[in-house]
Amino acid sequence: MAAITANLYAQHDRAALLENRQATREARWVKVTILGAALTFFAIFLLLPLAVVFVEALAKGWHTYLDALVEPDALSAVTLTLLAALISVPLNLVFGVAAAWAITRFDFRGKQLLITLIDLPFSVSPVVAGLIYVLVFSSHGWIGPWLLEHDIKVIFAVPGIVLATVFVTVPFVARELIPLLQAQGREEEEAAVVLGARGWQVFWHVTLPNVRWALLYGVILSNARAMGEFGAVSVVSGHIRGETNTLPLHVEILYNEYQFAAAFAVASLLALLALVTLAVKSWIEWRAAQAHD
Amino acid sequence: MSIQVQNIHKAFGDFIALDNLTLDFPSGELVALLGPSGCGKTTLLRVIAGLEQADSGRVLLDGDDASDTHVRERQVGFVFQHYALFRHMTVFDNVAFGLRMKPRGIRPSEAEIKRKVHELLQLVQLDWLADRFPAQLSGGQRQRIALARALAVEPRVLLLDEPFGALDAKVRKELRRWLRRLHDELHITSIFVTHDQEEALEVADRVVLMNHGRVEQIGSPAEVYQQPATPFVYGFLGAANRFEGQSSAGGIAIGKATLTTGQHVQHGEVIAFVRPHELDIVRQEFGHGIPARVSRVLTLGALTRVELEGRDDVAGQHFDVELPASHPLAGSLITGEPVRLQPRSVRVFANPETAGAA
Ligand SMILES: Nc1ncnc2c1ncn2[C@@H]1O[C@H](COP(=O)(O)OP(=O)(O)OP(=O)(O)O)[C@@H](O)[C@H]1O
Ligand SMILES: [Mg+2]
Repeated sequence: MAAITANLYAQHDRAALLENRQATREARWVKVTILGAALTFFAIFLLLPLAVVFVEALAKGWHTYLDALVEPDALSAVTLTLLAALISVPLNLVFGVAAAWAITRFDFRGKQLLITLIDLPFSVSPVVAGLIYVLVFSSHGWIGPWLLEHDIKVIFAVPGIVLATVFVTVPFVARELIPLLQAQGREEEEAAVVLGARGWQVFWHVTLPNVRWALLYGVILSNARAMGEFGAVSVVSGHIRGETNTLPLHVEILYNEYQFAAAFAVASLLALLALVTLAVKSWIEWRAAQAHD
Repeated sequence: MSIQVQNIHKAFGDFIALDNLTLDFPSGELVALLGPSGCGKTTLLRVIAGLEQADSGRVLLDGDDASDTHVRERQVGFVFQHYALFRHMTVFDNVAFGLRMKPRGIRPSEAEIKRKVHELLQLVQLDWLADRFPAQLSGGQRQRIALARALAVEPRVLLLDEPFGALDAKVRKELRRWLRRLHDELHITSIFVTHDQEEALEVADRVVLMNHGRVEQIGSPAEVYQQPATPFVYGFLGAANRFEGQSSAGGIAIGKATLTTGQHVQHGEVIAFVRPHELDIVRQEFGHGIPARVSRVLTLGALTRVELEGRDDVAGQHFDVELPASHPLAGSLITGEPVRLQPRSVRVFANPETAGAA
């Protein structure tokens, strides 16, 4: 909360303060110009494309739209996307909390390295990430032959997709929690220990409640990324229809086959997901602000 | 429970926070730990509580080495400098926390917890705040809740880190009297940190003066105030005028002037302290005493404070003198008037900075 919303709210308060004082109020034309420029930018680059998705999806009527969604390949893509998110998000939740906790509460060797590693998926192109997995797990890769012997398929199969998804979503939860845990310091936890709480009691009763909104926020972002990831998944998937296609990959295939209405119909699912994510995100911020007051 | 600290040494990198410290805190006493900011008071409390690991030395609780005892088994109550209340819990839940965290076998029932929490809240006189969150409390209220929370687990010792640090003067005074009464009721061995000398002298059974990670003096408030063992203690406890000079026949020679001490003074370089109310102003430019010039006269209630600047050999130094407002001088001194200062009582120490060289 402190990290995101305290900040947001402080900004809000300050804005209100500046606005309400005659001495600090800006001239009207300045406000209009700045606001107009920002809104125009958002309209052209964000709202317009979003609207286009839905308009194109429904261009051939509701019937075609629904058909594109219930078609078996589309359904399989939905299932696979959900599965990838269902596995990678909880994994990241656990890892993110553990990493953030370790980084902010203990001194250990390689701490700086861990912080850098967490950020790696942000700085490395997802395609490269996918290629790394191919290099390691494919039949010519490092442990590919061993996997082959044991009849385990990673690349061009579901495990590879899950791995790639986990990789690209690693930073979200940890990145949300680290600044917050740092800002809160150790005192409350120390107070809990002095009062007789055991390690997990401290974590469950003191640490976690204080970061719950930031945690949820991280999960939501990580989920959105997991479902929307294209690059890394594309490399490891092999694009087998009905088997290893996630939603974004399915959209691409449809588009390449000139099935525009169907492509946009499936894309509209992803767009809806984005809208839901934004709504939940706003709700979390609102709740966190309330908890903050 | 008694606390003994033996040869505790603690460094943060190159900085020595506790320098081979040895201290005894007898059972049932309220001891004030007094010293300037950064002298290691918080660090010492944290070492006693087990929140900080000393580099060497031992802490004995009730005569037993506590080195291998985990913080949560030491049964200390700790009140943090910044309260550290659980911000997402109500006042009630904060105070109940320690009881609820007990292992199932010895955890009291919810009804029992409720009774006990209300009893504690009554003790700190804040029963009516049970449903509030910490953010909705004033500083003094938070402080008392933090104390109630610490008391809930029936600690054997109570460690209070600047309990009244963040409060205004009036609330501080109220709370410290209240703390004293509370201690008289409960008789828990307590150490409380402060850098306010008045607070330490008023509340504590004993005062420990610390400086640079070392103990400068231990004693009752009267002892440390009336017989300061070191220049640091004298300077730290109460206002004092400081004179540096050479011991001579009539007292202490400061250039051509002499500070008459009326007592035998050790040889060599010395530091002398005179309390503002023990320094007399003589209205003459030449003669005995330290040459000075009146720079300001302030009357505050029953006291008149005269601020003076040194002249000649003590030029650049400042002196303070306190007179009863009814004193004839109080109304008649003129700003800029040259005077001489003569002490009625002087406390002399060998000058530690030059003692080694002499
Ligand atoms: N974790 C730490 N790392 C490095 N230095 C520290 C640490 N904790 C304390 N110190 C240093 O040790 C010294 C003693 O600190 P401590 O907090 O005990 O002072 P204090 O007497 O409580 O001061 P105050 O009255 O300002 O609270 C300080 O100079 C501080 O900078
Ligand atoms: Mg301190």
